[in-house]
Formats: sequence, structure tokens, C-alpha cells
Amino acid sequence: MDKTVAFTVNGQSRSVTTDPERSLLDVLREDFKLTGTKYGCGEGQCRACTVLLNGKAVPACLTTVSDADKQTVITIEGLANGETLHPVQEAFLAEGAFQCGYCTSGMIMGVVALLNEKPNPTDADISSRMQKHLCRCCSYPRILKAIHQAVPQAQKTTAR
Amino acid sequence: MNTSSPAEPNYDELVEKVGYDFGLKRRTFVQILGAGFLLTASMPGVAQRGGRRGGGGGAKNIAARIHLGKDGSITVFVGKVEAGQGARAELTQAAAEELRVPANRVQLIMADTGMVPDDGITAGSGTTPRTVPAVRQAGAAARQLLIDFASKQWKVDASTCEVRDGQASCAPIKQTLSYVDLVKDEDAARMLEQAIPADVTLTAVKEWKVLGTALSRPNGRNIVSGKHQYPSDIARPAMLYGKVLRAPSFGAKLISVDLAQAKAIKDVTVVKDDEFVGVAAPTAFLAGQGLAALEKAAKWESSPHPSSKELFDYLKQHAQGVPANAFTEELAKAKQVLRQTYHVAYAQHAPLEPRAAVAEWTDGKLTVWAGTQNPFGHRAELARAFHLADDAVRVIVPDFGAGFGGKHSGEASVEAARLAQGAGKPVSLRWTREEEFTWAYFRPAAVIESEASLDAQGGITSWHFININSGASAVETPYKIEKHHSQYVQSSPALRHGSYRGLAATANTFARECFMDELAAAAEADPLEFRLAHLENIRLRAVLETAAKGFRWKDRVKQKTPNIGVGLACGTEKGSYVAACVEISVDRDQDRISVRHVSQAYECGAILNPDNLLKQVQGAIIMGLGPALREEMLFEDGRMLNASFRKCQVPRFDDTPELDIHLLDRPDLASAGAGETPIIAVAPAIANAVFHATGLRARSMPIKLSGAQKA
Repeated sequence: MDKTVAFTVNGQSRSVTTDPERSLLDVLREDFKLTGTKYGCGEGQCRACTVLLNGKAVPACLTTVSDADKQTVITIEGLANGETLHPVQEAFLAEGAFQCGYCTSGMIMGVVALLNEKPNPTDADISSRMQKHLCRCCSYPRILKAIHQAVPQAQKTTAR
Repeated sequence: MNTSSPAEPNYDELVEKVGYDFGLKRRTFVQILGAGFLLTASMPGVAQRGGRRGGGGGAKNIAARIHLGKDGSITVFVGKVEAGQGARAELTQAAAEELRVPANRVQLIMADTGMVPDDGITAGSGTTPRTVPAVRQAGAAARQLLIDFASKQWKVDASTCEVRDGQASCAPIKQTLSYVDLVKDEDAARMLEQAIPADVTLTAVKEWKVLGTALSRPNGRNIVSGKHQYPSDIARPAMLYGKVLRAPSFGAKLISVDLAQAKAIKDVTVVKDDEFVGVAAPTAFLAGQGLAALEKAAKWESSPHPSSKELFDYLKQHAQGVPANAFTEELAKAKQVLRQTYHVAYAQHAPLEPRAAVAEWTDGKLTVWAGTQNPFGHRAELARAFHLADDAVRVIVPDFGAGFGGKHSGEASVEAARLAQGAGKPVSLRWTREEEFTWAYFRPAAVIESEASLDAQGGITSWHFININSGASAVETPYKIEKHHSQYVQSSPALRHGSYRGLAATANTFARECFMDELAAAAEADPLEFRLAHLENIRLRAVLETAAKGFRWKDRVKQKTPNIGVGLACGTEKGSYVAACVEISVDRDQDRISVRHVSQAYECGAILNPDNLLKQVQGAIIMGLGPALREEMLFEDGRMLNASFRKCQVPRFDDTPELDIHLLDRPDLASAGAGETPIIAVAPAIANAVFHATGLRARSMPIKLSGAQKA
């Protein structure tokens, strides 16, 4: 049975009447055309689909749309403030912390969530969190550099 | 014809294509997907080589390569794809350099068969040595036209004119003329229709202003903001999402399938064409329900299939004519003869974006957006499957989520197109991770048999090296050995196999460099000294010596620390040179090897973009740690046992060792592609470090302590 789910996506109120078992990933991509959130594995192993659900990083592939009912979702498309990139996006861009870039949305969302929780993460915090994210091009050294570059910048701005 | 590209190398991309045939007269569907027993050569007309010998025809004239707009825009057309390897930046630099404009003036259109010249498949590290020069040639030709135009206007000698920042000038004349002025003049603009002259002068390396710099990816901002549309992100009006019914095991034949249950689901379209069965629906979720209904209703007849447990025996038994070692005299005279067998497991590319395609039919013509390394080969595959003329098919390749040699074939595109045809609407098909691990072609497994003789002075007197099943890349030894024979011998592949970053160079370099280490030990020589004593190639010597020096090899090899080992390896392939020294730690109780430090030197001629090169080398090393240490596709009864990221553990953040990368720039040499060769040295260096740490020899990839053998 279809169900109406209403939630906030990137600051906008959205609602969708659909099978409540559909993944948040599919609804974001298919119904809202927010395709910045990527499918990589469908089992939470690669985190290319990371979005913020009430500020916390979740794999959208394992999150049903009904899990998001009355909640707040932020996707990669909701990070920038107009033309101004979020400091984590800025750091990834400046560092060139990607090759194919398919993991990048999820990586950036993962870092943003980490910095929401711990504005001054230790190296151990960073590695235990980022360990969940896969980059098949193995840009890991560059991503770590970008994260270290982002931390002081992100502290200067209010995390959304 | 563009004569600027150097002659095509003898480079074959072995990929079995799925023999989809949706012809109207012959309604057959030849399924070899996963059958695994058919070699490219044995199925003419069905299995085809990827691309047209990798080459393509190139641009027929300057205008086909570069469009100079009257509005000042500069658009460059290339048939290559961007899959993360950095071609977009590099080709932009190539055009900008020769046109003498800043890189941000150039808009690069890549891999749209409706717009770009056929530059062949993006594979074999070919963009750098072939397409970059072709683009430079066209840019230099256009620049020369501007100079000719200006000198004619000003009635001065062309040699007194130059182009800077897109403007032609001549010292005594105050005016300048731009590319806009050129194209606004009809006669001058017509000159762009001429073939690209072969004798045009390219900018010397020492004059480079854009090439040789660290230009970042031109569309990077769209990547970090989630705006870039990958093939799986393309949406068309009224588009449906597709799923395809797969066999439960390799080679299984569909006996029957009752479509009623799937058809009964509202909004689900079922498409059946002989053995091809799939669904399309307004959401992927609904399509998944349709597929589940089909899976329940399908009856299959399985066929026997070898398992990964018996793989190496199987490959050896099916080897097609392994030659005997003919160096009997050297063997008889030798002080020592060594003989070893090395194994390399099947691996999967697992690009983070699985195969994806969106297909749309309009008036009998087909447009497909796809992630493929082979746009024109893809077009040919689609044309063949649907019995269309090539020009009735357009393949558009948005920058996609990686390939690593794994996206040469067009099955997802053909499947999407067949579903779209049946549904009468555009269809997006994205393979699941499990499909990608199971039904995409694999990096071939190898059995490598090697035999060598040593004289009393520790010199290698003969070398006999046979690669069974995985390929000929880097099969020849780079060492100076009087009598040597190296050969690739085909077998019956147990899985459908094809290209992978570096092709068989990884397997061959693994076996050769491990065997060289065993020979060094037998000769009681230091592994570095032993290699150098047999090495004349100065480029290979240079990387080996650089890596060893950066690592402090001579000191560290003498240190004996429990559970710590060092090893080295080197190799060459596709015109570039690599050497790696590694330090590992071993935990025998946990059967675990950790790579702590890698010092790698790499040389590929003149460096086009140092930052992109560094990323390629770093990425290749870390990616290479996967098949070196863990990745191994396991299968039994025709089913994959580890078709997921949970079970097949590719490298993650904590696998990243300390990396010292030494990039040797050789501005005096032509640039070679760097996407592949940096991956080949790390695995044998690790295996050799296992010996240093434990005294045991690891002779299989992935390298396991539990599998290491007596030296």
C-alpha cells in the first residue's frame, strides 16, 4: 500500500505518495531528481549514497523512505550556499580529492556529518569514520589531505 | 585522413562481447554471457574485439577536431572518455597549449558519437601517446592558419608573426587578429576544412605553458557539488527503470518462464525476446518486484562449470600447447636450475558506478547514454544487435564512475535499448553490484610456469617463461639473458574474461619478479644487485635505482626485525617504467600482511600533468593492493560466492601505506600513458618482502601467509 511521506529535503518541504519500503536513495534520485546521491552497492558497504538524516550520516540505500517521514534530509545538492561551496566541498575541489568522482558526494557528506558531531576530529576519528567509504580509484591520500584542509575552514562556518 | 597519430601498436583488448542479436528475421539470442568457454577468436561474428584495433580513424580535418566560434568560443572534439584517469584535463591542455589560449577557454566535448571523431577505445594507456598528439596537431594547424591569415592581412612574412593568448601579432604592427577574425573571414575559415597537415610544428616541451602544469579536472566543481550527471543519473521524459533476468548460474539455459505474475503488477512492462527477459517500470522498486516475480517463475537447466578450488589445475589441463623448454644445453651445463609455478586469481574491476545506460528510441533511431570506454565500439555493438546502420545509433558517454579496463563491452546498453524498444519509452538500466561482480567480465586468472638456469657466477644463462590463460602483456623479460623464451598460451577460461588495468602485465610481472628474487637468493646475491647485474635498459635501471635510494634499500634489507620484511620489484609496459620497494609487517596468527611503506619510482617520458600523474600512481598502487592481498573471485557450481563489497574486500582507507612517489620527468622523451603500469610492481614487491620477513615464498596472488611455501 502506498503511503504519503512528508519530509524536509535541502530545506524544502517535500512529500511523496509511494511504497513506504522504497529506499530513500531511489526516491531522492527518481522522484526528486537529486542524482548527486549515488548507488554503489545497495548494502551500505560503500557509502556512495551517504546523506544526512537529521544531521547524521546514513546510507540512503538502506534507509527506507518511511524512515525519513517527518525528518530532515540533506543531500550533496543542499550543502552549498548559493554559489558558495561548503568548506568540505571547497577542500575536495582545491585538493582534487577525486578521480572519477563517483564516491565524492558520499565522502563529502560523511565528512560533513563527522564535523557536525566532532568539529575537531582526531586522526583516529577520521579514519574510523571514513573507513566505511569506498573509493575504487583509491584517491585515499588526497581525500585525507582534503579532510585535514577542511577541518579548520569548517570550524569557521556554522555547520548546517 | 589524419596522419598525425603514430602507427597503432599491436595491442589487442581481449574482451568477449555478449552476443545479443535482436534481428527481426533471425529472432535468436545467442547467450554467451557467463558461459566462459568461448574465446574471442572462436566466435567470429559474435564475440568481437573491443574497438577497431583501439585506433579509430581520428579527425578527418581541422574542423572535425576544433570548432572556432564566431562568438570566441573554442570547442574541441575527442572520441576519448573520462573515467577518472584525467583525460579531460590532459586533452584540454593539449588543445590550449597549441592554440596558445588559456585552458579555461577550451570546451572539450568527449565521446559523443554524434559529434566527435572516432579516436578509438579509451584503453591501453593510449590517450596520452596517440590522442594528445592528434589534438596538439590540430591545435597547431589552427594556430598556423591564424598566423597565415594575419601575415596575409598585414603583408608580412609569416615567420615574423606569433600567437599569444589567442591573438596573432607581429612586432612592428600595432594590430592583433584573433581566431574570431579568422572564422569571420570566409576564405580563411574554409581552410579549417582541410586535412590536418602532418608536418605542422608542435610546441617544444621547454616552451610548454599549459602542458606540463597541474591543471585540475575542468568539471571538478560539478563533481563536488553533485551536479555532474553520470550515465546512471541521466533522466529522460517518461523514462522507466529496467531490470534484467539473470541465470542462477553461469551457462544455465532458460527452459521456460511464466510471465503472468510479473505482468500482473501494475505499471510493469515485461519484455521477452528468446532468452532475454527483463522488466521496465516507473520506479526501480517496481521493476525489482517485477523481476522477483520472473525469478520465481523461471525454470533453468544448469550446465557444469569449474570451480575456483580446482581453477589452476583446470587452466593447466586446458592449456593449448605449452612448449617444452628448448634450452637443454644451458640446463645441462647450469650450476643451478630453478623451476617454479605462480598463480594469479580472477579479480573483478568493481568500478564504483556499475554498468549503466539510458536508451531512447526516436523514429527508429537509437540514442544511448552509457558508461563505456569504447563509444564507437559500443555503437557498433548496438547497431549489430538491432540490425541498424551505424548512423542510426548515437552513443553519448558522460564522464563516468570508473572503468579500469572493465567497461569495454556494451551489454547494459543493449539490454536498456531492448527494454526501451519493448516498453516504447526511454529506459534507464543500472546493474546491481552483484550483477557487476558476477556478469561483468573478469581479469583473467593465470598459471605461470618459469624455469631458469644459473651459472657459477650467479648469471642467468637461460629463461623459459609460460603464461597460461592471462595474456601476453609484459610477458617478455626486460633483463638481459642470452637464451630466453617467453610466451602466452591460451587455455579455456573458467570465467568470461577481458581487460583489466595493466592487462596481464600484473600477472607476468608478479611471476617474473618473484622468480628473479628466488634466483637472486639461489645466487646468494642481493635482489637489487642481482637485477641491476642483468639490466641494461637505462630507463628501467633509473626507476629501480631511484626507488631503492628513496627507500634506503641497502640499509633496510640488512636489518632483521621480527615480522618485518622488505622487498622490491620493477617492470615496464606500454612504454613506461616502474619500480617499487615495500616494507610489510606480518601477523602469522591472523594470516595478515600489512603494507607499511611503498617507495615507487615511475617514468613515462615527458610529464603532461604532474598532479594527475601523481594521482594515477598513488591510486594504482593502492588499488593494486587489493588483488595483491585479498581480492579473489570465488565460484562454485557456476555461482559466484563473494559477489559483494562485504565479501570481496577491496582496498579501503586503512590499507593506505606511507607512500613515497618519485616521478621521473623526461622532457626529452615522448609521453607514455600512465593509467596502468604503476599498478604492476607492488604485488611482487610484497611477495618478496614476505620472503624477507618469513623465509617463505608466496607464489600466488592474492598473497597469503598461510599459502606461502618453503623457499
